[in-house]
Amino acid sequence: MLSGMESRTVAWQPIADTPVAYLREGDETHPPLDSPAYKSTLLRHPRAPLLYLPQTLSEISGPALGAAARLGPLDHDLTRQHAGAPIGERLIVQGRVLDGEGKPLRGTLVEIWQANAAGRYLHKRDHWDAPLDPNFSGAGRCLTDDDGRYRFVTVKPGPYPWGNHHNAWRPAHIHFSLLGRAFAQRLVTQMYFPGDPFFPYDPIFNAVRDERARERLIAAFNVHETVPQWAQCYEFDIVLRGPAATPFEEEL
Amino acid sequence: MIFPTTPSQTVGPYYAIGLPWPQGPFVVPEGTPGSVRLHGRVYDGRGALIPDHLIETWQADPDGRFADMHGAGPDGPSALEGFRGFGRCGYEEGDGSYALWTVKPGRVPGPGGELQAPHVLVSLFARGLLNRLVTRIYFADEAEANASDPVLASVPSERRSTLLADPDGDGGYRFDIRLQGDGETVFFAL
Ligand SMILES: [Fe+2]
Repeated sequence: MLSGMESRTVAWQPIADTPVAYLREGDETHPPLDSPAYKSTLLRHPRAPLLYLPQTLSEISGPALGAAARLGPLDHDLTRQHAGAPIGERLIVQGRVLDGEGKPLRGTLVEIWQANAAGRYLHKRDHWDAPLDPNFSGAGRCLTDDDGRYRFVTVKPGPYPWGNHHNAWRPAHIHFSLLGRAFAQRLVTQMYFPGDPFFPYDPIFNAVRDERARERLIAAFNVHETVPQWAQCYEFDIVLRGPAATPFEEEL
Repeated sequence: MIFPTTPSQTVGPYYAIGLPWPQGPFVVPEGTPGSVRLHGRVYDGRGALIPDHLIETWQADPDGRFADMHGAGPDGPSALEGFRGFGRCGYEEGDGSYALWTVKPGRVPGPGGELQAPHVLVSLFARGLLNRLVTRIYFADEAEANASDPVLASVPSERRSTLLADPDGDGGYRFDIRLQGDGETVFFAL
């Protein structure tokens, strides 16, 4: 667990273009809550249809947590949080956080967590027989800069087995959490790596029905940002739902 | 040009590595006048407690103002000392319960400008939830405001009680969440 993030008074800076409504999203983007191939959904999805919620001030405002977060200088570097370097392929994972109009989201909190290079999480309930790494905790966070950019340094997580079905393995992934600027934009997702052999067999990845939408969960290897003799770079842009052009459009 | 949205994925069983932090459950600092404990339990479709859920809340202060970084709201940001407005509660080894320390929110304008009843927005995450579940906590002891709330009015009357937090007899409020089946909590598409 990371420490810090105490509350701190933040100067009020009204932003003129704060959206008053966000576009509603259909099933082509997000996975359905009832996805039987992923067995944990069976007893955890609501049976009644979701009810329409108007977007009031409550839904279009959002926490100032990003600006209030007291980030430690190494919170973004998962390879330097301990005495030694973790085992594994060193990676730079970077990208931009944008809204649906392509506008960068500045100063928004990006949180990640992941397994180590052997596919093991530093978590009491992870009992997989793979070694923990004394030099790797697997958690990081940072704020996006003025261009909406974030950057982490980490190691490549290993795939790991799980109990969903016979011989089930999760593709290697990094968990991402985004606050956005409004409650309506909150997103938790997972970033995958190109060409993972476990893609065809993973019910969580494939719960996203649209192939093009699944591709948006896969980072791109970037040779130009790869640093010689040091680290491979993967690029992962994240798009949070965009504003509806008018409140009227939101009601359609 | 529309940039297509990044799809949601489950928070999984191991979010406690990255998301909870010690001050997370404190929507207001301890000792804030009028602060209350808002707590409850989360159940699955078989009535079993869900130990690995993560709950987040977002709400206005007692004056109906938000701790919003962009100044959303006609009255400006909250002036309540230390008010974060945001709560996050999750455990590495949970027992299905959650607890937040907060203040009862004031009333904020609704879709037509009329005042809504006091409410707290909830995002619920868990293994087995491929997207967050969104609901609202209203307060059972606000009967008059609840009776004129436009969102509550849109909920079938027999399900409205699933959105009410009950006074717990100890100065706080209890709000249980049932993901599926008998007494299933009303969840919203936002
Ligand atoms: Fe995972």
